Amino acid sequence: MKTILLSWRYLWSRPLAAGLNLLLLTLGLASITFVLLVSQQITHAFERDLAGIDVVVGAKGSPMQLILSGVFHIDAPTGNVPLAAVKELAANPQVAKLIPISLGDNFRGFRIVGTSFDYPKLYGATLADGALWTQPMQAVVGSQVALKTGLKTGDSFAGFHGLGAGGESHGQVMYRVSGVLAASASVLDRLILTSTESVWVVHEKDAALDAEDLKILEQERELTLALIQYKSPLAAVTFPRFVNTTTEMQAAAPALEITRLLSMIGVGTDVLKALAGVLLLTAGLSVFIALLSAVRERRADLALLRMLGAPPRKIAGLLLCEALWLALLACALGLLAGQGVMAVVAWALQAEKSVAIGVFVWPAELLVVPVLALGVALAASALPAWEAYRVSVFELLKSR
Amino acid sequence: MCRLRNWGRGLISCHQLTYRYASGPELAFADLEVKQGAILLLTGVSGSGKSTWLALAAGLLPASNGRMTVAGQALDQLSKINSDAWRARTIGFLPQKLHLSAALNVHENLELAQWATGQTTDHRRIAEALTALGVQDLSKRKPSQLSGGQAQRVALARAVLLQPTVILADEPTASLDDEACHAAVSLLSGTAQRLNATLVIATHDSRVKRYFDATFKPFVSVKLAFSPINTGSESYKNNSDTAGNPSA
Repeated sequence: MKTILLSWRYLWSRPLAAGLNLLLLTLGLASITFVLLVSQQITHAFERDLAGIDVVVGAKGSPMQLILSGVFHIDAPTGNVPLAAVKELAANPQVAKLIPISLGDNFRGFRIVGTSFDYPKLYGATLADGALWTQPMQAVVGSQVALKTGLKTGDSFAGFHGLGAGGESHGQVMYRVSGVLAASASVLDRLILTSTESVWVVHEKDAALDAEDLKILEQERELTLALIQYKSPLAAVTFPRFVNTTTEMQAAAPALEITRLLSMIGVGTDVLKALAGVLLLTAGLSVFIALLSAVRERRADLALLRMLGAPPRKIAGLLLCEALWLALLACALGLLAGQGVMAVVAWALQAEKSVAIGVFVWPAELLVVPVLALGVALAASALPAWEAYRVSVFELLKSR
Repeated sequence: MCRLRNWGRGLISCHQLTYRYASGPELAFADLEVKQGAILLLTGVSGSGKSTWLALAAGLLPASNGRMTVAGQALDQLSKINSDAWRARTIGFLPQKLHLSAALNVHENLELAQWATGQTTDHRRIAEALTALGVQDLSKRKPSQLSGGQAQRVALARAVLLQPTVILADEPTASLDDEACHAAVSLLSGTAQRLNATLVIATHDSRVKRYFDATFKPFVSVKLAFSPINTGSESYKNNSDTAGNPSA
């Protein structure tokens, strides 16, 4: 019989204690797994959607709101800015690329974004079907949009006013789907892209009373915001200040705002981490007590093993092995449970059309979990193992 | 020559053996020699030093003075590390409380003996040991499902699994009725005879001695008892009288 097998039998000879300890350890490790996954995934999601955007320019207001609405599409925009002002910025020598973003309409809760081809290119998006738009009122839908709404190439749909589901229908002008984007695990998955002109067409046709009115509206065309790439990193020093002081617009650096946001979330994850730590500590103590009482209960049995010729280290190893079994089981169960909760959260976020989170990823940070499990097991079994090591065979003769 | 020949396998001899407890009293044991395959009865009331003698013989306690040799091994020359392996090879131990592991079945309890010595599991040998004691049909049972007599047979099978040269039995007849006592002692002596092992029985039960007297089996009996060496001191002298059937 192998020590591994024997320790397994001893462990489950006390099923209640073993079960309770396994549960406690699993809960602690699952919480840690979950916290690690959440912070890693949120950071990852933000960084992915931020790729290549140096600064966002839009109407004055909260810079955080501007970033959340313009880059991650999870907040309402701060307002609109005149097209002319944005065109001026595009001509600025410090600007390498400017991507216009026009918001305002949705289709079943998915935002319709008026933009240029540079926007899908920014995320390296590829088409699963059809082609990009070639004229106004053609739209390309993200993979999730296609999945949830059933829109496919050639379909027509009408936009609704506002950013959330519902609102007034722009029934007079219909969009035609020209293509469907392949899943890119970026914000594009839950957007409907069209040309900037389309957004103008929809609203001007809706609002204009006659041809003359239409002309006036055309002159007052607006964008919601613009995503900008700098020519050189040096621009980060002067460009935002230039925009903020000389124009009616504001420039917000996403990197800065996201760092601020993550540090706010960070407080939350720190609290969760502390809770998980307390849980793990409790589990460790419980394992410790269970092992210690197991040693005391089995003192004579262990002494008999010594009498049968087992060296002390073998007896101590048996105890250690029992703790390691617990650690191994709890580690596997904890990782699975943590991933399971994460999958539920990801599903819920997706249903709310919020930040897209990958499911069942195994970031390197998760290596902490088996290390913690091992550490707790070793710490909890050290004293019981030592006591088992010191078990005196002579006690066997005295136990009457 | 005669003495030298006696230093054989299975032989137990002690000479001016004493053991001093950390807390004071010192026990002195009678000199004795037991041949291979013979029977030694250690009698005396509780606390008279029977357990201490067994612990000394198993190499679990170091003697304070004197010499003890078991199975050709001078115990004072046995290192702490080697003593585990030596004990596994040489000594079969039947404790008063049998200490069969409740988590394991009968067969697995015997596997435990092989595990303890680091041997690979030998199922055939376990089956043989169980068969020799007539409990082969119980191999899948848990200790809690055994009667007292069955459990003792299993514990004895475990003790002799590795074919020891010395069997130490600690109070094997305590709390047994006369019939069971008779059966237990006969089983022990029969098993020892089968293995040609030296059998040491530590007991305060006078029925054991009567059994050996009645069956005319050769045996050596040593009665352990305290008597003070120095008046007023806490030391004790072990006043032993050696008796038994002369052929031992």
